[in-house]
Amino acid sequence: MATNPFHTLPPPQDFAAGASPTQQTSRRVRLNRVRRHLWNHVVTGLAVLSTVIVIAPLVAILGYLIYKGASSLNLAFFTHIPAPVGEPGGGMANAIVGSGLVLGIASLMGIPVGIAAGVYLAEFGRGSWLASAVRFTADVLNGVPSIVMGIAIYSLIVMRQKHFSALAGGVALAIMMVPTITRTTEEMLATVPHAIREAAYGLGVPRWRTVLSVTLKTASPGIITGCMLAFARVAGETAPLLFTAFGNEFWSLRLNEPIAALPLQIYVYAISPYDEWHRLAWAGSLVLIVLIMVSVTLVRIYANRGVLKGAS
Amino acid sequence: MSSPIISIAQKPRQTDPSGGSQGSPAQLDAPEAPKSPVRQFLMSRSSGKAADTTFSAIMLMCALSIFAIVLFILYILIARSKLSISQFGFKFFTRSAWDPVSGDFGAFPFIYGTLATSLLALLMAVPLALGVAVFLTELCPQKLRAPISFVTELLAAIPSVVYGLWAVFVLVPLMRDQLGPFLQKYLGWTQLFNGYNFGVGLLTASIILAIMILPIISSIARDIMLAVPISQREGVLALGATRWEMIRMGVLRNARIGIVGAIILGLGRALGETMAVTMVIGNHPEIPKSLFSPGYTLASVIANEFSEATGDVYLSSLIEIGLALFLVTIVVNAIARALVWAVTRGAPARAH
Amino acid sequence: MKLRLLAALTIAMMGGTAVAQNINAAGATFPNPIYNRWFTEYAQAHPSVHINYQPIGSGGGIRQVSDGTVDFGASDGPMTDQQLSQAKVKVMHIPTVLGAVVPVYNIPNLNKDLNFSGDVIADIYIGKIQKWNDPRIVKDNPGVNLPDHQILPVYRSDGSGTTYIFTDYLSKVSPEWQGKVGKNTSVKWPGPGVGQKGNEGVAGMVRQAPYSFGYVELIYALQNKMSYGTVKNAAGKFLKATPDGVTAAAAAAAKNMPADYRVSITNAGGATSYPISSFTWLLIPKQFSDAAKGKAVKDFLTWMLDKGESQAAAMGYAPLPVQVQAMVRKTIMTVR
Repeated sequence: MATNPFHTLPPPQDFAAGASPTQQTSRRVRLNRVRRHLWNHVVTGLAVLSTVIVIAPLVAILGYLIYKGASSLNLAFFTHIPAPVGEPGGGMANAIVGSGLVLGIASLMGIPVGIAAGVYLAEFGRGSWLASAVRFTADVLNGVPSIVMGIAIYSLIVMRQKHFSALAGGVALAIMMVPTITRTTEEMLATVPHAIREAAYGLGVPRWRTVLSVTLKTASPGIITGCMLAFARVAGETAPLLFTAFGNEFWSLRLNEPIAALPLQIYVYAISPYDEWHRLAWAGSLVLIVLIMVSVTLVRIYANRGVLKGAS
Repeated sequence: MSSPIISIAQKPRQTDPSGGSQGSPAQLDAPEAPKSPVRQFLMSRSSGKAADTTFSAIMLMCALSIFAIVLFILYILIARSKLSISQFGFKFFTRSAWDPVSGDFGAFPFIYGTLATSLLALLMAVPLALGVAVFLTELCPQKLRAPISFVTELLAAIPSVVYGLWAVFVLVPLMRDQLGPFLQKYLGWTQLFNGYNFGVGLLTASIILAIMILPIISSIARDIMLAVPISQREGVLALGATRWEMIRMGVLRNARIGIVGAIILGLGRALGETMAVTMVIGNHPEIPKSLFSPGYTLASVIANEFSEATGDVYLSSLIEIGLALFLVTIVVNAIARALVWAVTRGAPARAH
Repeated sequence: MKLRLLAALTIAMMGGTAVAQNINAAGATFPNPIYNRWFTEYAQAHPSVHINYQPIGSGGGIRQVSDGTVDFGASDGPMTDQQLSQAKVKVMHIPTVLGAVVPVYNIPNLNKDLNFSGDVIADIYIGKIQKWNDPRIVKDNPGVNLPDHQILPVYRSDGSGTTYIFTDYLSKVSPEWQGKVGKNTSVKWPGPGVGQKGNEGVAGMVRQAPYSFGYVELIYALQNKMSYGTVKNAAGKFLKATPDGVTAAAAAAAKNMPADYRVSITNAGGATSYPISSFTWLLIPKQFSDAAKGKAVKDFLTWMLDKGESQAAAMGYAPLPVQVQAMVRKTIMTVR
């Protein structure tokens, strides 16, 4: 066969030196190339610029928060309840404790349901249309505004019970946690290698035991990650608590009574005219942000460690 | 409670020669203390058919609880807004009225305010978010990737009320004293900046909203772009494209649908945002005539007026607004998720 | 053992222990400073009773007490007959103090007190008067250098008794206001402006926004050292709000107080009456479902008459006239 399988190209022509027979083409090609590279640089610059612009507000907000809030953080802040209106001093201790209580109730209700739903999606419902529907609904539920949850729970619990309560606030936050936890649990369980499950089945372990002691345990770093993410998200929610937890001026640990919550107090203080309250609002925001940032950072660290390093 | 696998691995020679169905292997190495029935049940190795069915039933119920939550919210919102639905009908959403004295309610100013702030916020946020996404996936040096993406996710973690606090004390004075006059001076010819500028209003609310939806759009756009197969990128590069052309033709073109989905997700978030917007929008239930005018959004009117709506029609109107918000965000999120799913179907899941 | 401890803790948290009785109340921001002080002092004097008062606005107080979601409410706009009949819990009005609504403003570099006529205020909110150096404002304030700048009116975005008092007054002095807007806890503001939540929100906004104008209860202007102006009363004099002016406004009403205490004293006659004055009421259920709570509230109301009223003047409120106090004492006895 005389056909040469390797197509031989003509020797590259030195366009820059004007070696081409048609000068027009070479200039056009040159300009074209320059234009394309210019565009490349412009867009790179724009991308870097937009990253800087995005990071700037974060730095501004955090910096301002630290600057304004740090000076107001003293022991009194964490141990005292609010002083009467217009008087200096006082703290947000009842709000911090109240937030903790409401979040505790929410976690107690939301985490088991969320994990169980995630387990169903990953273990028992793989591929079924029901599982796809649940998954889709969970994603969609994630996007529902929190104020709608608040008025729904108000209509359900507060109006029936005839009083505001920490319990109602906890329920409102719980139904916000469930979709997030469900989805992350499902994703984490899906990354557990089948070999582990099969090994357990091979040894005669019933399915429910496998799920509980083998699969869940293996995926537990990731699942804890998901729970902390959901926790951090609802820790800062104010709108659902407006009509459920309602706020309390005093110490209260009762589930059936209104309770103070940190984001609620921050909101009330922020729109007030008193400088003293503004000070407390900044300090409270700093505490809230620190709490949330710590959770998010732990999430990041955990996601890179644990049994499934490299799987996500 | 020790895992049966580990105990078997540790003591391979103590397997009961008479067969494995008699008692649990763990009983062979544990001292013979009387066990509670619960513990016995947990440690038993029975065929467990009943236990399996019960277990999967419990899991199924929890999964169905998600449906239950959505249905319950829908039910209660419809039930409580029946009064105003029957009184105003569909015209509720096209009329401009909000007069608690005479009992006349129409939600159009709120719809306008919500749409205006959300679309304006999208206008500001989308280019920036896409720029960040492009930077992080394609242009960023490997070492900087993790810290910068972490920082953008931190933006998503800041609660709404803290954004509002910052907006009230920093953004509003900035808008009133510096940014507003600047815009009026140079862009006044667009007729968008007429009227007096007091710091609070449509523009301020849009800016804070833009900052809040940025991380979502950017994070999902990044997922989408990572889901584009690397072969696409390589193919375009092999044809002699510059980096930007590779991004444009290889990545963005394939990820178009997903990026649209990300943008719509950002829109969904913006529509429902309550606290930060309430603190800077001015709470004026009329259609704003310029970017500096105060306005009102669906979520803000509920937050401000819900706990004190006296009169059944008033309360029912507010709940109807809540219902509208619920339905709209569900539809918007459904469309967005469908678009995103279409692109990331084959890609591995990423924890975020 | 751990399980039992957990169970005990849960039971304790469910309110099983009778450490402190928690009474929930909600309502007006108008009297919040003094209520806040009263409830704190009362809790210190009687540690077994905590009265948790949330200032969500008079409209909120009326709604929540009518629905029964709080134990009692507070409002400076009296409930209408329709509201009273529609309420699920039957309440009665018990006046506590008198207060004044003052016009606050923020004009940089201006240290004088401005005079405002009632119709001028109405037209600011209607939108007819748009600038600070409008001829009508200048006429009332001769010799004052008013800036050529737009006015930013600030009003209440929530259901407010302060709004009720303010619009009640405006309805009396401006026929246009009466026809266009009327009086209520929540009205359709006809002109430009921004809404803020609570007296605190309005005071906060006016404090921060130059050239703004708003209406707040006197104590908010005092506590935040804001400029507040004088208002022209029915006798034609420009008066600054003081507890004495408010007491003078209530003088006529005190003599002819109706049994349910619902009376309006805005734009009262008399040379020393401050025109934008009002009673503020607690909305107490006629019959408490929980007898212990009823007793606690009754004790508080008695304490209020004995000890609380004397604190009113120091905080910028006026105490109840003596005749009214006697009437209230009798009414308190009927609380069950």
